[in-house]
Order: sequence, then structure tokens, then C-alpha cells
Amino acid sequence: MSKKQLIVIGNGMVGHHFLEQFVATEAASGYELQVFGEEPLLAYDRVHLSEYFDQATHADLAMGTAEWYEQNDIMLHLDEAVTGIDRDQQTVTTAKGSHPYDAVVLATGSYPFVPPIDGNDHPHCLVYRTLADLDAIRTSAEGARTGVVVGGGLLGLEAANALKSLGLEAHVVEFAPRLMPVQLDADGGAVLKHKIEELGVRVHTEKATKAIVAGSECRLRMEFEEDDYLETDLIVFSAGIRPQDALARAANLEVGERGGIIIDNQCTTSDPRIFAIGECALWSERIFGLVAPGYTMARTLASHLNGDAEAAFSGADMSTKLKLLGVDVGSIGDAHGQTPGARSIRFNDEAAGHYRRMVISEDGKTLLGAILVGDNGPYDTLLQYALNNIALPEHPETLILPQSEGGAPALGPDALPDTAAICSCHNVTKGDICGVIDAGCGDLGSVKAETKASSGCGGCAALLKNVVDSELAKRGVEVSKDICEHFAYSRQELFHLVKVNGIRTFRTLIREHGKGQGCEICKPTVGSILATCWNEHILATDHVPLQDTNDTFMANMQKNGTYSIVPRIPGGEITPDKLIVLGEVAKEYDLYTKITGGQRVDLFGATLSQLPEIWEKLIAAGFETGHAYGKSLRTVKSCVGNTWCRYGVQDSVAMAIFLEDRYKGLRAPHKVKMAVSGCTRECAEAQSKDIGVIATENGWNLYVCGNGGMRPRHADLFATDLNDEELIRTIDRVLMFYVRTADRLQRTSVWMENLEGGLDYLKQVVLEDSLGLGEELEEHMEGLVGTYQCEWKTAVEDPEKRKRFREFVNDERTDPVQQWTHERGQRRPVTESA
Amino acid sequence: MKVTTQWDVVCKVADLVPDSGVAVWTSSGPVAVFYLPERLPALFAIGHQDPFSGANVLARGITGDIKGEPVVASPLYKQHFSLLSGQCLEDESVRVPVYRVLVDGDQIRVEQRLGSRDELAA
Ligand code: SRM
Ligand SMILES: Cc1cc2nc3c(=O)[nH]c(=O)nc-3n(C[C@H](O)[C@H](O)[C@H](O)COP(=O)(O)OP(=O)(O)OC[C@H]3O[C@@H](n4cnc5c(N)ncnc54)[C@H](O)[C@@H]3O)c2cc1C
Ligand code: SF4
Ligand code: FES
Repeated sequence: MSKKQLIVIGNGMVGHHFLEQFVATEAASGYELQVFGEEPLLAYDRVHLSEYFDQATHADLAMGTAEWYEQNDIMLHLDEAVTGIDRDQQTVTTAKGSHPYDAVVLATGSYPFVPPIDGNDHPHCLVYRTLADLDAIRTSAEGARTGVVVGGGLLGLEAANALKSLGLEAHVVEFAPRLMPVQLDADGGAVLKHKIEELGVRVHTEKATKAIVAGSECRLRMEFEEDDYLETDLIVFSAGIRPQDALARAANLEVGERGGIIIDNQCTTSDPRIFAIGECALWSERIFGLVAPGYTMARTLASHLNGDAEAAFSGADMSTKLKLLGVDVGSIGDAHGQTPGARSIRFNDEAAGHYRRMVISEDGKTLLGAILVGDNGPYDTLLQYALNNIALPEHPETLILPQSEGGAPALGPDALPDTAAICSCHNVTKGDICGVIDAGCGDLGSVKAETKASSGCGGCAALLKNVVDSELAKRGVEVSKDICEHFAYSRQELFHLVKVNGIRTFRTLIREHGKGQGCEICKPTVGSILATCWNEHILATDHVPLQDTNDTFMANMQKNGTYSIVPRIPGGEITPDKLIVLGEVAKEYDLYTKITGGQRVDLFGATLSQLPEIWEKLIAAGFETGHAYGKSLRTVKSCVGNTWCRYGVQDSVAMAIFLEDRYKGLRAPHKVKMAVSGCTRECAEAQSKDIGVIATENGWNLYVCGNGGMRPRHADLFATDLNDEELIRTIDRVLMFYVRTADRLQRTSVWMENLEGGLDYLKQVVLEDSLGLGEELEEHMEGLVGTYQCEWKTAVEDPEKRKRFREFVNDERTDPVQQWTHERGQRRPVTESA
Repeated sequence: MKVTTQWDVVCKVADLVPDSGVAVWTSSGPVAVFYLPERLPALFAIGHQDPFSGANVLARGITGDIKGEPVVASPLYKQHFSLLSGQCLEDESVRVPVYRVLVDGDQIRVEQRLGSRDELAA
């Protein structure tokens, strides 16, 4: 029997998801599958489109791979739009030919609506939907100073952020009286507007554009109905989306009055051989402009084609949780209180910029909807109340009042019914999670892999972790916090013991509070704690055996047993004389020389016995240790700043050097990296650092808890427009609180994510001093700054310490196994393949 | 075959570092000598070469105990080696040589087996 032909039109998020679901069904073997995509690139994650402006590439955003399509025998035609559907002949046509079908799935998505304004076809009038659009925006932004986004909805604000990140002065022009009119009410919109203006984006509401004409200062001038105007170099239209239903219209399928291909609960259009899913589909007179409902349609259709008579789409929750320009915005269910009898509870903290509204049913028992601006903390809890009709507490307002005013604790995962949707993107319920745990998933990672939960928009990550942790705990899987078999304490508890009891050596600590002799886990941990408490030299006799080998020899051991040398080059600034010394030393000892990713120079291949001699020379030339070996401050990266750069608004180099000098040598649970950029162009990549500082017209914006490395994390905006003094005080507190409370080998990013209460809690502790610890943290830091010593300087001056650097204590010979070869003019170890 | 041994002087007591190791050069190559003052006996000697990387580095590892057994963790890839048997705790098939070691006045001596050293090791 020959196979049936199934053709999918549109290779976007939903079309791709449909294929993933469908190939896993039994029915799939009866079909030959073909996909036509208008875009030249394989389906990609449009939800995270804006990351393309950060550093993501198409490959990072891609939903699948060409190999996956091949392995599943799906014929993929990219850059080939379908131009017509002939329902009588049952063929679809493209510029290259026509193809017979038995079934067609329309997954054509939507297109940006461009309002009919004179001049909207100017080459610098753009939209924000595809990677190609973003390329066009980037090109247009070259040589531009100002950019305007028309439309203050969710996508418009995202586009404004993108313009800002491209270095433009960004404006948002909105027709309605407030931002995000669909999701927010007037008060919420006002709070959002205020916050966004604070971030440097100009917001103009109640403005209708009449015409776009040539500008006098900029490329374009927007003339408003109100008889005023705004000049700009480029315009991005983000005034809503329209379902891409052109093919369906031409083929005389039923479409809605305002567009959208009409489907029933099985995603079938008015032609039983043609289906529609995703943003192009109109169900029950509604279009769903979010990815989760599209995925649900895709799953429904896959099951339907597989013969599942029960499969039916029954609408979808349109709640959204977003971070727009760093500002939290959440909208749940009936946010505007349109249900008859509904009443609202509002909380508005103008100083903090927090707005919260709960919409409650007439009988006061259930939550119908909510609006959050400024802080999404209560979102997960509120969403669960709304989705699962959980009975509200007696004083429902406690759900949105700040904790200090008697707020209710978050709804624990135990209170959720099994049917509670945890991840709406992948339709994973609490019951599903319990199921895979019972089937053997023993940690968060395997639950994610098994259920796909949290691999869509990611909004459910925190809730998922809570559910998994609580379910594992119920099954007796102990998540032990003991650092190792020698101490029944967490790192934080050990820190406390050391500090409070004034313990100064590992031996005392293990005798009094532990057992055995210790190991490579507890020894360096305690070594680091002792260093942050008392700041004695790490090679003091009592401390030597505690250090990881890199700390013991104050250099990083390489694979052949030799070491690397990284002198500190604060802020990346170096005099020519110092550069010459580095070159001379490297030459004398035949050291492989490389510029690091941290704006300094690494010299590789020194033997143990050469280390003190080399450092003696470097110290004489004014260098200090760079602590490249320590779990401590590494580098403070800097851009060139306003001394030279035409865009700089503060002296980023001076600030970076100041910070590096202040925090150098600070021992921490893991390494700490910082950066300072001279303006929002962010050439120092501060938002990927543990501590990131970005200059503003008025001072500095502080970002915290970013991470590059294995699991990159963008830093969170922590405080804005700080002066020098405020900046230092805030960093002192954040760092010291981290040093005291983090687990071993926990970067600030993971620490913050695991901190109960997260960023908000950290803000309370640091900015509002909620624990009354502020001064103590600052004093502790001040003490460390005051007792800093260059470890290498002390070591080379002390004959006893120098003795440690003998390769063999009884023989002058050097290590016999090191073999060298040369490559690109430098010496390097022989590797197996060479 | 008769096995003869000889006790090489390898270093002074003062060269040792409490709770840590030093490397010495012996007639059979590099050896790591550890001094754990809290234990009895307190001296241990094993091969200095890390079998996983081929680098001579074991004396630079962190010492400690795992379930009571004295060990050193390789500074490169962190496998544990028993200071008593030379056995790698993570990989049954890997073992480093072990040497007897003693204090003689202010000197440390390590036993070197001559003649059938290889057979003994096998
Ligand atoms: C030399 C350098 C690579 C280079 O040639 O550019 C380097 C080299 C090493 N990195 Fe790195 N990292 C270097 C910049 C980075 C950066 C980029 C940066 O700092 O801007 C990152 C990502 C940013 C970040 O950390 O957030 C980076 C993320 C890592 C990680 C992953 C950390 C994480 O949180 O995921 C490790 C592993 C670890 O720390 O556990 C690591 C570990 C290492 C170690 C220490 C591995 C080891 O234990 O032997 C390497 C030894 C260096 C040596 O022998 O001197 N290195 N490493 C860079 C030194 C910068 C400096 O001047 O100090
Ligand atoms: C910047 C941005 C941010 C967003 N953020 C979020 C968010 O935070 N949360 C959320 O839930 N949603 C978000 N969305 C919306 C989300 O991306 C969409 O809901 C989702 O992409 C819809 O998937 P789809 O497959 O229906 O449409 P699309 O992903 O648009 O795919 C449709 C594809 O069909 C192709 N096509 C159209 N016509 C034809 C034809 N005739 N022949 C061949 N191919 C054709 C198109 O070129 C396109 O590639 C965002 C969207 C954007 C643009
Ligand atoms: S970040 Fe620094 S170097 Fe980059 S543009 Fe701004 S001031 Fe100039
Ligand atoms: S809700 Fe989007 S990933 Fe889970």
C-alpha cells in the first residue's frame, strides 16, 4: 500500500513541534512527510528571538537539526513558500512545482501588522518577527542615534530593549493611554511606564502617528495627530500581529471576520483534509499569540491523526510572565476583572515600583486573574490558585502583600493537586512528574529530560524544582547538605562555627566539630573560610596542607605537571614597560605566552622550581599575583571608557582598577569575576559577570550574579544610578553575604537561584538591610581590604616558604617526564597525537 | 631469586611538610613521601607519578582519609590513592608502587628493592 502524503506548510515553532509529536505516533509510518518553509532557516525559537542581539546565533535558537529531519524521513524544503492550494486537485504549489497531498497542515503563524500610515514603506521602517528582520534592524542601526518602536505591547517593549542594546536612544510610541493595554490595567501600565522610563526608554502614550516624512535632524520625522512630531533614524512597527491566512483565503477555506483560519476542536478547517495550528488558527473566535497554546494544538492534531477520538483542543491559558527591559510583568487569567461580580484587591508601592492586583470571584473563594508589575515573586503561586481553582485563604490579600507586612508564604508544592499544570509549554502536570519520579528519575535533570518540562519558555523552572525537590524528599531521597564524610555541616554552617568560635586552624575545627583527617573537599573549603575570616597567608604552616594544589603553589597546574603564571593586570591596563618585562621573562624561561579571555597574559610551562625566580622578576617590575589559581577575585574586565571612547559616560577603567584593587585576594566559595562598561554598549560584557557595572549619565548601574562558563546566566539589574560610594558599599555587602552563605564551589549565579526568596531577598538584605547585617558585612570587607598582601611577594621573600618550590627536596634535577615540542614559534608540551 | 633491599636516605625530617607530601629522587625514580602527624605510623611513601596523566605530581595532592584509609588525591584529576596499598579507589585496575619508609635520626630513609623489583611488582 502506498503511503499517504502529508504536507506541513510553515516551518515555525508550532509546525516543528507538530512534526516532533507526529513522528512519535504509530500513524506516522503510514505517511510520507514534507515541510515547506518560507524562511531560509530551519525552525527556530522565536520566543527567544531577542537573544540574537545578545550573542545567540541561529544554531543556538534552532529547534531541531537537518539531521533530525533526515533521520525521520521528513523532506524539508526551506526558502520555498507555498503559493497556492488546489483543493480539487489536492495539490499544493510552490515556485518550484506542485505536490499532491492527502492531508495538509497549515502552520503559517502570523505577520506583523503595519498600520496604514503614509510613509510606512520607507526603507528604515522595519518589523520584528524573524531573524531576517533583526538583521535588517541591526543594519539600519548602523550610523543611527535614535530608534522608535510603534506599539507598547509585549513585543514592542522587547523591540525597544533591542534598540537600546544596539546603542540607540529608544522611544516607544503607543496609541492607547498605557503600555501593554491587553495585559495591564491603568495603574499597572503607569508603574511599568515609570520603571521603563527610569531605564532610559522614552515612552509616549496616546500618540497617533499621522505620517512619516523625511526628518531634518534624523532620517525620519513622525508627525502625530496631536500636531507635534518626533525625529528618529529608524522605526520598528510592533502594533500587533495578524494571522497569516492568505493561502487559506485564496483556497476559499472559512476564515474569521478579522482573520484567522477557522478550526474546530480537532484543529480541522472547513475542509476535512486541511488542518491549521498555531498563530494562524482561529478557535472559538480566538487567536492565541503565544507558543504554549500552539503546542497544545500541535499535540492535539498529532493524536487526532493517530486515531485518538478523544483528542480535542479546549482553549488555553493566556497567562504570561515576562521580564521586559529587566522589569517583571505578569498577567494571569481575567486580569481586567470582566467576569460578572468580580472584585479586585490592589497593592501599589509607588516607591518600590511594585503594583499587584488580584481579581477575585464574587463569592471571594477563587482567584480569577491577577496583574503584577515590578516583581513577579507571587506569580507562580497566584497562577496555581487561578488554574486549579484552589480555595483562597481567609485573607486573600496576604498573597500579594509584602512579607514584612504579614504576607502569606508561597503555596507549597504539596498544596497542588495532581492535575496542576506545572509546565504549560509541554503540558506537564504535577501527576506526570510524580509518575516519572516513581519510574526512576532521581533528580531534577532526569525529570527534565524525561518530561521536557521547563524546556520551552522556561517560566516554570522555579516551580518545577520545588515540586521535584518536595516529591524526592517525600520518597526519602535525602538531599544531604553535609560537605563530606568528615563534617556533618554545610559550608555556611562551617563558616559560622569558624567565625563565632574564633577557630584559626583546620586541625582545631576537625577535632572539635568533625571526624577523621579530612579530604580534598573539606580541606580547601575550610582553607577558604579561614582565609575570609582571618586573612592569614595561605602558605602559613597550618594552612599549606589545606590548599588545592593550585593554591599551594600559587599557580595553575597544567596537564604535564608544569605551571602557568598570571600576573594581575587590573582593568586590562598595562604600561609598555610592563609588557616588555612580561615578554622578557617569557623569553628567558621559554614560556608559552597567551592573551587570556580575562584581559591579561598567561605564561605557561614553568617548572615548580622556576616559579619563585620568575615571580621575583615580575614583582620587581611592579606586578602582583593575579590569583588565577584561587577561588577568589579573578579579573575586573573593563572597556576603554570615556577617556577615549566617544560614547563613554564614565571612567570605566578607573572604576575597574579601583574594584580590582579593592577585592583582589578575596577568598570566596568559587571564583568571582567582574566587569565595568563605560556606557550601555557594554563592551566589557558586564552582564555576564558575578558583579557587573555599567556607567549611566548619573553614575553606575549594578548587575549581579551573572555567569559565563558552563551554564551562562545574564546578571540581574540590582540597583541603578549609584554614585561611587554607594556602588562600593553595595558590592561590599553582596560579596560578603555571598562569601558567608554560599555552598562550596557555588558561583554567585547558582547561589542566587538557590537563595530562598531569590533576587528580592538579596535586595532586601543588601539594599534595605532587612537582617541588620549591612554594617557588619562592610566592616568585614574593610578588614580584608586592609590586610591584603601579595601572596607571591610574601612567599619569595621567605626562605622557608620558597623551600616548597623544589621539585625534589633532595635533588636539583628537574622533572624527567616533561617533553616539549614547538608550534607556531612557541614551546608546548608533547601531546598524545603529536 | 634472592631479594635484596637497601634503605636510601632521601631527605631530612625538616624537609617534610606536616599533613602534606614532598617529592624525592631515589635510585628507582621519583617517590612521594607524606607526613601525617596525626596518624601512627605517620610516614608514607608511594610513587610520585600519577598513572592517569603520566605527570610526576602525586606529592602535590591533598592528603586525608576516606572511611579511615589514609589517601592522597591526585592534584590533576582528583582520583584517590591509598597511602597504605597504592590502590586507586576509583579504578580497581590501577595501583601505584608503595615503599617502606622510616626515620633514622634526623633523616628519612625509603626502602629500595634491588634485583627482582619487577617480579615483586607483578
Ligand atoms: C587562561 C583562561 C583561558 C584563556 O586562555 O583565555 C582560562 C583557563 C582556565 N579556566 Fe577558565 N580561563 C579563562 C577565562 C574564562 C572565562 C572568560 C572570562 O573570565 O571572561 C570563563 C567564562 C566566564 C565565567 O567564569 O563566568 C571561564 C570559565 C571557566 C570555568 C567554568 C566556570 C563556570 O561557572 O561554569 C572553569 C571551571 C571551573 O571554574 O570550575 C574554568 C577553569 C579554567 C582552568 C582553571 C581549568 C583548570 O583547572 O586547569 C584553566 C586554567 C588556566 C591556567 O592554567 O592558567 N574556566 N574561564 C582564561 C583566564 C582568564 C584570566 O585572565 O584569568
Ligand atoms: C520577539 C518575539 C517574542 C515572543 N515572545 C513570546 C513569549 O515570551 N511567550 C510566548 O508564548 N510567545 C512569544 N512569542 C510568540 C511566539 O513566537 C509565537 O506564538 C510562535 O512562534 C507561533 O508559532 P507558529 O509556528 O504558529 O508561527 P511561526 O513561528 O511564526 O512560524 C510560521 C512559519 O511559517 C512560515 N510561512 C508562512 N507562510 C508560509 C507559506 N505560504 N509557505 C511556507 N511557509 C510559510 C513563516 O515564514 C514562519 O517561518 C514571541 C514572538 C516574537 C516575535
Ligand atoms: S562600553 Fe565602553 S568602549 Fe564600549 S562604547 Fe561604551 S564607553 Fe565605549
Ligand atoms: S511553562 Fe514554558 S517551559 Fe514550562
